[in-house]
Amino acid sequence: MNGGHSDVLIVGAGPAGMAAAVSAAGLGLSVRVIDDQVAPGGQIWRGIEAVAASPRLARLGDAYGEGVSRAAAFRVCGALYEPQSQLWQIEPGFRAFVTRDGEARVFTATAVILATGAQERPVPFPGWTLPGVLTAGAAQILLKTADQVPEKPVWIAGCGPLPLLYMTQLLAAGGSIAGFLDTTPRGRMGAALRHLPGGLRRLGDLVKGLSWSRALQRQGFPIIRQVTELRAEGEGRLQRLSYRTANGRGDSVPAEVLLVHEGIVPNIHAPLALGCDIRWHEGQHCYVPVLDEWGEASQANVFIVGDGAGIGGMEACEPRGRLAALRLAARMQKLGEAAADAAARKERAALSRALALRPLLDTLYAPRPQVFAPADETLVCRCEEVTAGELRSRAVQGQPGPNQIKAFTRAGMGPCQGRQCGYTVAHILAAAQNRSVEDVGFYRIRPPLKPVTLGELASLDEQETAA
Amino acid sequence: MNREGFDVAVIGGGLHGLSAALHLARAGSRTVVIERHWTGRHASGATAAGVRTLNRDIAEIPISLEAMEMWHRMASIVGDDCGFKAHGQMRVAEREEHMPALLQREARVRALGYTHEEMIDAAELRRLVPALSPHCLGALISRQDGAADPHRTIAAFRRACEREGVTIAEGCGVTSAERRDGDWHLSCGSRRFTASAVVNAAGAWAARVAALFGDEIELGLRASMMIATERVAPLLKPVVSVVGRALSFKQSDQGTLVIGGGLQGSAQLDRARSSVHFSVLAKGAKAASDLFPVVRGARIARCWTGIEAQTRDHLPVIGVSPNAAGLFHTFGYSGHGFQLVPVVGAIVADLVTEGRTSRAIGAFAPERLMQGRAAA
Amino acid sequence: MKDASMFHKLHDPGLSAVTVYIDGQAVAAEAGESVAAVLLRQPAGWSRTTPISESPRAPYCMMGVCFECLVEIDGKGSVQGCLTPVREGMSIIRHMGVRRLSA
Repeated sequence: MNGGHSDVLIVGAGPAGMAAAVSAAGLGLSVRVIDDQVAPGGQIWRGIEAVAASPRLARLGDAYGEGVSRAAAFRVCGALYEPQSQLWQIEPGFRAFVTRDGEARVFTATAVILATGAQERPVPFPGWTLPGVLTAGAAQILLKTADQVPEKPVWIAGCGPLPLLYMTQLLAAGGSIAGFLDTTPRGRMGAALRHLPGGLRRLGDLVKGLSWSRALQRQGFPIIRQVTELRAEGEGRLQRLSYRTANGRGDSVPAEVLLVHEGIVPNIHAPLALGCDIRWHEGQHCYVPVLDEWGEASQANVFIVGDGAGIGGMEACEPRGRLAALRLAARMQKLGEAAADAAARKERAALSRALALRPLLDTLYAPRPQVFAPADETLVCRCEEVTAGELRSRAVQGQPGPNQIKAFTRAGMGPCQGRQCGYTVAHILAAAQNRSVEDVGFYRIRPPLKPVTLGELASLDEQETAA
Repeated sequence: MNREGFDVAVIGGGLHGLSAALHLARAGSRTVVIERHWTGRHASGATAAGVRTLNRDIAEIPISLEAMEMWHRMASIVGDDCGFKAHGQMRVAEREEHMPALLQREARVRALGYTHEEMIDAAELRRLVPALSPHCLGALISRQDGAADPHRTIAAFRRACEREGVTIAEGCGVTSAERRDGDWHLSCGSRRFTASAVVNAAGAWAARVAALFGDEIELGLRASMMIATERVAPLLKPVVSVVGRALSFKQSDQGTLVIGGGLQGSAQLDRARSSVHFSVLAKGAKAASDLFPVVRGARIARCWTGIEAQTRDHLPVIGVSPNAAGLFHTFGYSGHGFQLVPVVGAIVADLVTEGRTSRAIGAFAPERLMQGRAAA
Repeated sequence: MKDASMFHKLHDPGLSAVTVYIDGQAVAAEAGESVAAVLLRQPAGWSRTTPISESPRAPYCMMGVCFECLVEIDGKGSVQGCLTPVREGMSIIRHMGVRRLSA
């Protein structure tokens, strides 16, 4: 049942995981990389190798194109690469339980680097479970991996850099936009500008963002500002979209596809499974792992890099990945402490530059309050179909925390294991009980991280018996 | 210092604590349940909720049969049937060599005058559980047994307690106990409780609580692992266990397959945490898929463990403390306490309010685990 | 649910074209793209109906965290379509309501 041992097991082959792998392997560590996807790239550079050879590369933008050389370097770095491998449990020690092609295996490693990235923040509103409602990130993945765009002019709702980038890419690909429902609340730009002095270190990115915005405004599709409420309606699929703005204006329009996005949050399931401490990040409205200056978590030899360490964007991924590799190389005597420190100074400078724009972006694109306070009829737990109203009425019977609410309502018990309802449940409890979200806490994460089959789990025992 | 005065303080808000409190309140006692986290946080919230008289220790049979009678009228006790369904529990023999043990068990309980356990042959087994692998040969069955919904049960007992005026103090861990003027004075952080009687229903932590009162009781730990799958279409109704393997298999009302059977994870009492070990749990998945080949493709939604106390003879501790006046113990259910919840609550209420009970509880006396300790 | 497709593909797969079967119906796809992407191009763009209310759901996140694209693929149930690349001849069955286990 043991699929092999390595010095380092890296989970995730996105920008951070690949940088960590290239660096760690280069420093002489044995490295294994497991990843959900069929090819390296993570979400940022999803499908990069396939797209690299096609004319589509140009219209997906320069930042995407940077992934070509990274994936190529990763392929030849000497790390054992296991694509299409689902990590379903990781136990201290470390033992990683992985399924690939329907077969379960256990990999052991001395250290673990979690480069499991981020997911889009769940945005519950009435009708968000209807076919036709997707995340903007999902649409971008469809564009990158399947060269696929919405059939008709598409509605996009939300805030943050991703909708702007996707709309730019979509237009370049020949798609069309029905309208953009900008959910950025009033006054955010003013608040965000307080962070401008720091952000000036990343002037280029600021200019790029503004140029996207201007180019989009010239396209002539409606841009509705300060949207606060959304509602999707339809018989079996999205047919109609209603919205309301802060000043009470609203409309109801026909729609086939609605793309939503309200920022991204770190994937914390794997760190929690390993017992790593997390803390509430006020600025990013999510939990982030507690890490030292090398990216090491509260559990020794567990490192967390990339957006899973806290949202830092693409440029922060690679320095974080390399810092973890440097620390491990020094610890495993492949590199002197002084040499690791010297190399780390360079990476930390790059990281600090990469994060310079973050406070401004976090403030500008902080989720609107309605994201966390959906109307009573909204399905908060998509899997078990638990509404906000049910959660609210339970929330005031005693002072239940997320785990009790889960036991009584089954919210968070479905296949997504709370990935789509965890934050909403915490906010609903906090509001109903007049507590802080941090005080309310988060679901206890119960293994497995991914729904392995009974047969796959049983095969581990069968392999052991046969051995 | 604000002191909250009661007749009885129950330490531990699991099902046994809640049941004791409910029966005490009905007997007229002003009762508080003092719970360190929240009601049902540990073993009660992690149980498979089997309602089983089948294959119990002979000493437990009388109270288990009485409990079963109570389960069949649970709505009249707590205002909800707790999701109890009496589809039977059975213990299956996979091989010829497993049959004699089941037949002997049947003969033994019959000789004692009990009729709740009976042998069934392969044909009856197939009729009751068509999804079972055809290699199974027969089973010992208790048809009145079944299973309930654990969270619904916790909620129902808690609500019943509240209706009877029981105070439930959550987030309240008892850190010291002192006997003054015929009352126990309990400290829990900033809160103080006084009560003339105390019930120790602290589950895995019961030996630590007992020690606060001067009772040294030998107590082990269990961290039984459980698997729940995705929802699947109806597959079976009874609860199935098997001779020679750690497996208990049932389907919940929601359609999830719930697999337990006592495979052990690890528990840390100080951190109140327990962990699943998948290489061990693989044996449970193997047993489940051997007995029910169709489940190999079912997806595991979650696995968990609950921490619970285990005595060396696997019998609970139910009785009056031999050392500490006004202290009563109810813990050490070793993985099979769920079914006993209603009757033990009544027993504890008898002991506290009348000083005696008509039920046979001699085998559960705390002394049996205290003498060994003193001698060691 | 018999309206037009929600998404369409911008290029012709050419030599990469494969045929997959959704609920037995032959459907054109491109080798390597995900099952979820193919489902979203169908006139009925949904991937399953839920086990509880039997309401239709479609791929939502495309990155493995929403589990709305669970389908049966070549006999294996509850597989995440967004993480599964299509292959020639693949059979994709949409789960209707609560899943029925079959050997």
